[in-house]
Amino acid sequence: MCWLSVPPDPNVVTEIVNRRTVLTTAAAAVAAAGSMLALGWWRSQPRNGRDLLPVPISDMDFTLTDHRGRSFAPAQWLGRPTMAFFGFTFCPDICPTTLFDISDWLAELGPDADRLNVALISVDPERDSPAALADYLSNFDPRIVGLTGALPEIEKAASGFRAKFEKLPRDGDYTMNHTAGVFLFDADGLFTSIIDFHEDRRFAIPKIRRSLP
Amino acid sequence: MKRLMIASLAFFVTTPALACEVFTVGDIEIEHAWSRATIWADRPGVVYLSIRNTGSADDALIGVATPIAGMPMIHETVVNDGVASMPHAMSVPVPAGQTVELAPGGYHGMLMGLTQALEKGDSFPLTLTFQSAGEVTVTVDVLALGATGPECGH
Repeated sequence: MCWLSVPPDPNVVTEIVNRRTVLTTAAAAVAAAGSMLALGWWRSQPRNGRDLLPVPISDMDFTLTDHRGRSFAPAQWLGRPTMAFFGFTFCPDICPTTLFDISDWLAELGPDADRLNVALISVDPERDSPAALADYLSNFDPRIVGLTGALPEIEKAASGFRAKFEKLPRDGDYTMNHTAGVFLFDADGLFTSIIDFHEDRRFAIPKIRRSLP
Repeated sequence: MKRLMIASLAFFVTTPALACEVFTVGDIEIEHAWSRATIWADRPGVVYLSIRNTGSADDALIGVATPIAGMPMIHETVVNDGVASMPHAMSVPVPAGQTVELAPGGYHGMLMGLTQALEKGDSFPLTLTFQSAGEVTVTVDVLALGATGPECGH
């Protein structure tokens, strides 16, 4: 270690320190990236593949009220394909956009659309009475049915769909985060696919057609 | 086919269509300012518009104000793992030479505490504040709740 015996050149020392800092930073970055990858891997591992997909409609168990005030149970959907999504009437952006898209798809499907059940399930039953849903839905295709009811029943519905929703306080009020995709089931009530919110619109109609008998 | 029909209709329309007026402040141009009808006054309103920065310096939209809502703000719809949320946006960057859209499914003005329900055909003033360009008041036209934007024929 002869170089230690001579007075170190300050530039060399700085260089070494800098290099060490760079190495430490790089090591930390690699470690952080590694743990993020690990987290991503862990999150993407299905705990059990079936846990992540909606259950068959015949296994769903909830009772809600439609926007015309009639009682609804999921068994009423069986025998026809079903298209359903979660939303709420205080939602000014994504929900009207989804309802517009659905109205558009129904128009494009033409008479085939009459063979579909189409439903908006409210994640905000506190504010979404059947009357509120009726007013909101009057702006869209009349085949879309609004469903609301007691919070535990909405929770049971979301659990069957493997959908999520969450109430967030905001500015003295609250808003809802919720699963935004449109779920599709065939006439036997088996889940066929989901149309994601930002998905290319060209994929929607073929997906719906695949759910038709 | 539908688009073709809309295009040919626009060609024959002589009266200015709603939400097609252009508002300018400094290097900033605002166009297509529109909103959706709300079912009741307690439901929040929404504002969409298009911002063009014709200058050579970046700018940012940092605030919105309107007499028709107690609490107007800027939100961004974000979808993570299929779950939609609408976090506040402190500002919307408008880079030099670019056009930024407040559009369905992305950035939007959120009008909480409306003084009355918005009805199709209504219009209201909205003051936008930009970091560099300053303030500009635009007219926002209310379209149907099921609308996805104005047809301006260009």
